[in-house]
Amino acid sequence: MMRLVRAVLVVGVLLALNRLLPSFLNPYYMRVLMLCGISVILAVSLNLINGFTGQFSIGHAGFMAVGAYVSAVFSLHLGAGWMRSLAALGLPESMAQGATLLAALLIGGAAAAVAGYLVGLPSLRLRGDYLAIVTLGFGEIIRVLITNIDAVGAARGLPGIPGWANFFWVGLWVVVVVLVSMRLARSTHGRALFAIRDDEVAAEALGVDTTSYKVLAFVLGSFFAGIAGGLFAHYNAYLHPNSFTFLKSIEVIAMVVLGGTGSVTGAILAAIVLTILPEALRSAQELRMVIYSLMLIVLMITRPQGLLGSRELSWPRFLRRRAAAEGS
Amino acid sequence: MVNGVTWGSVYALIALGYTMVYGILRLINFAHGDVYMLGAFFGYFAARWIGAAQDPNPFKAVLVLIASMVACGIVGVIIERCAYKPVRRSSRLAALITAIGVSLLLENGGILVFGPDPKFFPQIIPAHEIRLGLGVTISNQQVIILLVSLVLMVALRAVVLYTRTGKAMQAVSFNHTAAALMGISVDRIITFTFMLGSMLAAAAGVLVALQNPKIEPLMDIMPGLKAFVAAVLGGIGNVPGAVIGGLVMGIAEVLVVGYVSPTYRDAIAFVLLIVILLVRPAGILGQNVAEKV
Repeated sequence: MMRLVRAVLVVGVLLALNRLLPSFLNPYYMRVLMLCGISVILAVSLNLINGFTGQFSIGHAGFMAVGAYVSAVFSLHLGAGWMRSLAALGLPESMAQGATLLAALLIGGAAAAVAGYLVGLPSLRLRGDYLAIVTLGFGEIIRVLITNIDAVGAARGLPGIPGWANFFWVGLWVVVVVLVSMRLARSTHGRALFAIRDDEVAAEALGVDTTSYKVLAFVLGSFFAGIAGGLFAHYNAYLHPNSFTFLKSIEVIAMVVLGGTGSVTGAILAAIVLTILPEALRSAQELRMVIYSLMLIVLMITRPQGLLGSRELSWPRFLRRRAAAEGS
Repeated sequence: MVNGVTWGSVYALIALGYTMVYGILRLINFAHGDVYMLGAFFGYFAARWIGAAQDPNPFKAVLVLIASMVACGIVGVIIERCAYKPVRRSSRLAALITAIGVSLLLENGGILVFGPDPKFFPQIIPAHEIRLGLGVTISNQQVIILLVSLVLMVALRAVVLYTRTGKAMQAVSFNHTAAALMGISVDRIITFTFMLGSMLAAAAGVLVALQNPKIEPLMDIMPGLKAFVAAVLGGIGNVPGAVIGGLVMGIAEVLVVGYVSPTYRDAIAFVLLIVILLVRPAGILGQNVAEKV
């Protein structure tokens, strides 16, 4: 019962914010906010693979691209038909739109998950750096393939995707991905993932099925990356293969490492910081990427474990600290 | 085919730097590709400065090559000292992110300093064709690329196998602590490795610029990645492996461009990589290292 109430509350708050925010935030801030949300989904999903399981993936943009393109193609070709039949069932337009978007996102996410499964399989044989390189190769292959498939616009990009993704949907998926990771971290399965990260051989000796857990991490992580891609597609209304280069994967990794590998709240924080930072530095024009990269280096030298290390920010801890401080 | 071998030897030169650094530090030095870009630019400035384009002669061309290699060697040392040394003790992920940071810094710094638009590398050696008969022609620049890379590779092999420093490099790559106990200054060896790798990358930069005179700060991303793939292909950390990997990549690319489609050129490298890693997870010449518990 409590859970249901909470779920309804979250949806209610998101819907209200969806209505209210555009009225006092200008479109530019709105855009930055949406991009932050998408970055958070990406960073938290990569954290499942890199942070929780310790499998080094540097092809996250590839999974995102799969999700983005599959969901966009779905909306472009089947979206209108679905909307019509849903409307015929008596659903109001906004709900029909939402349902179609949800279907598109889920299909995009599923396609990315399948890709994640395929990439996760070689992790049976490869460790560490080699796995990283395979994921890098996968990301690049996906991009080159997209550039060569005429049906999705090839190098011209894919325009005209319905712009259904609004604050509500991005917010909802942020909540979902964060909840899934947080709950996972405290479950048996999450503990198994941590064990693999900390010492694979020991984990195996203790009876953890390392292979299937690694694949699980890949599938889950790439599913959410696919969702993020789908949201990006339906927000931007235009896709181009150059949005999914190696650099995009690097950005997401930077978010995970900067936040502190394994820390969900850290990933969220870093995703927001690293999305806003280049925007905030926009006035410095040419200098902004130089400053960005310098900050990355300096942060790594001074705080190699990331902003939060492997800790999580949490209210109870914060309150306890406060109480302790007042007591003393 | 000749084209493939020329590109392959360029990849091999860059791959050598990746593989040496990896062999010693277990670090994928993402900034290495950018050193290659810097090499081309240093070469460009050196050529302009000594006026190599106005009256081209081989002596000046060699001078340009050496100037660029020395400059990049210094840059390599600076990068190692300022960025990598402080993170050597922390996790490998942190080191990797630092490498990525350095790479971004060099690229964007390059845009800032050199300007984003392409520059045209002066013709320090005028191109002319050489007929080999049977309808095969190669340009003298390709011959030069092949010769210079060959000389550099042989020189590197000599340094690694027969000098004291080279032997120390091998020792450090086997085991840092043991090497340090034997009286080898590990720090100096690492710095030296970076210098050697950066010099080779600089040579590759100048050689490529010779053939494709359009140079720009972002020219390195694809060759950098591919050289890295070549290093992995041959077995990362393995010096002859990097050369073989580079050649295989160059030839495979040219074959794809010739027989399939030029647009798939960038994909073949990675397809090849995945296939090889699945069949031989340690690369062509790499050895499977049993994991110690």
